Amino acid sequence: MKNSITHTAETIAHQGFRATTWPRTPFHALVRAAAWLKTCDARLYQIVFLAALLTIGVLARDFSLQWQQMALTFAAGLAAQTLWVRHLRLPHTGLLSALITCFGLSILLRADSWWVHPLVAVLAVSAKFTLRFNGKHLFNPANLGVILAITLLPGTWISPGQWGSDLAAALLFIALGSVVTQRARRVDTSWIFLATFLALAALRLWWIEVPPARIGTLVLHQLQNGALLLFAFFMLSDPMTTPNHPGARVFHAVAVALLAWAWQMLLYQPAGPVWALFLLVPLVPLLDHFFAGKRHTWQAVAPHAVTRAATPAVTHVPASIGQNRATPSGKIAA
Amino acid sequence: MSASSLSHHQFAALICTFTAPAIRKLALPAILLAATAPASAFCGFYVGKADASLFNEASKVVMVRDGDRTTINMLNDFQGDLKEFALVVPVPEVLKKEQVRTPHKVLFDRLDAYSAPRLAEYFDPDPCVPRLADRRMQMAPAAAPAGKSMAPEDSAKRLGVTIEAQYTVGAYDIVILGAKESDGLETWLTQSGYRIPPGASKALAPYIRQGMKFFVAKVNLEEQAKTGSNFLSPLAFSFKSEKFMLPIRLGMVNAKGPQDLVVWMLTPKGRVETTNYRTVKLPANMDIPAYIKTDTKQDFAAFYKTMFQTQAAREQYRVVFTEYFWDMSWCDPCAANPLSAQELRNLGVEWVKGDGGGNAARPFRGDGNARPVLVTRLHLRYTPETFPEDLMFQETGDRQNYQTRYVLRHAVKVAPDACPQAPAYLAQVAQRKEKEAQMLASLTGWDITQVRQSYGITARQADSWQRLFNIAP
Repeated sequence: MKNSITHTAETIAHQGFRATTWPRTPFHALVRAAAWLKTCDARLYQIVFLAALLTIGVLARDFSLQWQQMALTFAAGLAAQTLWVRHLRLPHTGLLSALITCFGLSILLRADSWWVHPLVAVLAVSAKFTLRFNGKHLFNPANLGVILAITLLPGTWISPGQWGSDLAAALLFIALGSVVTQRARRVDTSWIFLATFLALAALRLWWIEVPPARIGTLVLHQLQNGALLLFAFFMLSDPMTTPNHPGARVFHAVAVALLAWAWQMLLYQPAGPVWALFLLVPLVPLLDHFFAGKRHTWQAVAPHAVTRAATPAVTHVPASIGQNRATPSGKIAA
Repeated sequence: MSASSLSHHQFAALICTFTAPAIRKLALPAILLAATAPASAFCGFYVGKADASLFNEASKVVMVRDGDRTTINMLNDFQGDLKEFALVVPVPEVLKKEQVRTPHKVLFDRLDAYSAPRLAEYFDPDPCVPRLADRRMQMAPAAAPAGKSMAPEDSAKRLGVTIEAQYTVGAYDIVILGAKESDGLETWLTQSGYRIPPGASKALAPYIRQGMKFFVAKVNLEEQAKTGSNFLSPLAFSFKSEKFMLPIRLGMVNAKGPQDLVVWMLTPKGRVETTNYRTVKLPANMDIPAYIKTDTKQDFAAFYKTMFQTQAAREQYRVVFTEYFWDMSWCDPCAANPLSAQELRNLGVEWVKGDGGGNAARPFRGDGNARPVLVTRLHLRYTPETFPEDLMFQETGDRQNYQTRYVLRHAVKVAPDACPQAPAYLAQVAQRKEKEAQMLASLTGWDITQVRQSYGITARQADSWQRLFNIAP
């Protein structure tokens, strides 16, 4: 099926969406839909999935999140993005990244007041434009926002247990996350992080002599933690704030998993993954320095423009994203 | 999976298995409410109902946490032969005698009453004679209730078990044990007269590997006789540990069916929740039929008990419910008075100063500059399958108050032709009653037809307003 999707995607990229024939069966329609999605900017998926997760969370998972907090987050985050782009006279590359940051903050951060969310959204988006090194922003905006909030602002917290360990929800996360990360070419990071974190958990259980039959249950319980999966697939996989070189990314993912595990299991503190990613930010420029790699850029044009532009320039890289347009060094691809 | 202490009730389960004939009964969370009403911001009244144990298998723990300083108070509901009583709790360090206390059981009752789920009632004003409704309060209090010699030291050494400390506190003989391996500990406990359930050794091993000690208590019958009571007092111990958790797994060794645990967290910063399970608030603050106040079968106790079971089952016994979160220096309205500063200190709240002395009974009212005492009441119904790990907690920054409160609205009796406003009022009451009945049925899983019958409304009545408002039944 994957092949037929890729093939259809290539066809769409060559001929444009409307030029292809009408799907004969629902299956073909699905393939067509998947193929069309494949030609879109990965961040669109991410936004759709994050929106779905937020909806599920608010409706079915008892999130203590008020609509006013969400509205203020988005208003403040998008305004900050627009103002920075104007202020620095950057080419307007859209609001997708800022939207993702706002979704991330809404999903992760909790506060008992209305002003925390918008303030954090502004800080998180601004950090993208100000805290930069060698042409890349240093912090994952949502990660930085959450850490700033829980360390500096009163009445804030994050709820690692809020997703529960519902198996169906876990599968949903993995499925959705895989799509996004494959599109963003960072799926390796997510899986390596998860594998390392869970292997460490299993090793510790074995070390403290938990009966082998129970180790599986306990590791599964950890794997079913929605917050862990959300982190792995929607935060750690951010291609803009992970190392450029594939090998370095593996190293980075393992380091984050190690620190996250130690944070939770040796220091007995909650939210290990979020803290680990934050604390290991200096590692990324260091790894980029020693291991050269192709920097990720988001697809800079609207998706339908790509599908319509069946020019030779994009013919050979029809369905992939990001690799086809190199951003000049130092320029902000926000 | 690591442990710093054990809730009494996890223990209770272990104890039960130790002592076959023992009968446990539970100190039940008081769902009874009293109404002292500083009726300021709130104009309903509390109505007390149930006066019997609601959750017979519930265990109770009061956990005080300030930074890494922790005090665990465990209430034992043990009601068997006191000679048979034994308690084994993993603790992070060797506890000295000064770290162990036996607080009075009444502290649990007070905390229970203060934080109990509550019923509030309102009286409609007569639509024909607009005036303030009378206020009347009712209150009903809540209710709740508690040897063998140790093995010789030489055998302990041989088994790799170290007796780190040994002392008597209140009516308890306490031994703090270190162990090198679980089989040795199990053998030592068996030789010392504890009936260890099969599988206990495996459950003990992870705690040993983490370097934890074991707090083992039994009743000193002479000291117990001096108290003149058949019930055991609660046991409390304090220690410093980064781990903010309760090891519930040990108590599940031989557990049958779901178990209940009520944990009160007393903290200075914010609401407490679990980090490895979902923590959710129970559906609350909704209107339910007024007959709940007086019905013999479907009274408030039955309602709350059934509602809790329905919600727990709906969540497949996988969540921890928050039943109450409030700043101890006030309540609105108060189901029972807040604890006094002295009572709080007796539970281990060390950051509360003053206010004791000559006026020990005065409810704690806080002090502008001092750190507050925040109460989080958590209630979980769990099985070994649905709670595979020990409970891990975090103190959040959340300060928004929450209470499980249900509202009764009493309609006023008025003839349809009494005044021009009467028909509209009656139509509104009929609509409201149907909604309340549906809410009750949905919360408890009770049959809607029966609820309507008990409430004195008929489906036809409902149909008429549903037609009127074009709402499907």
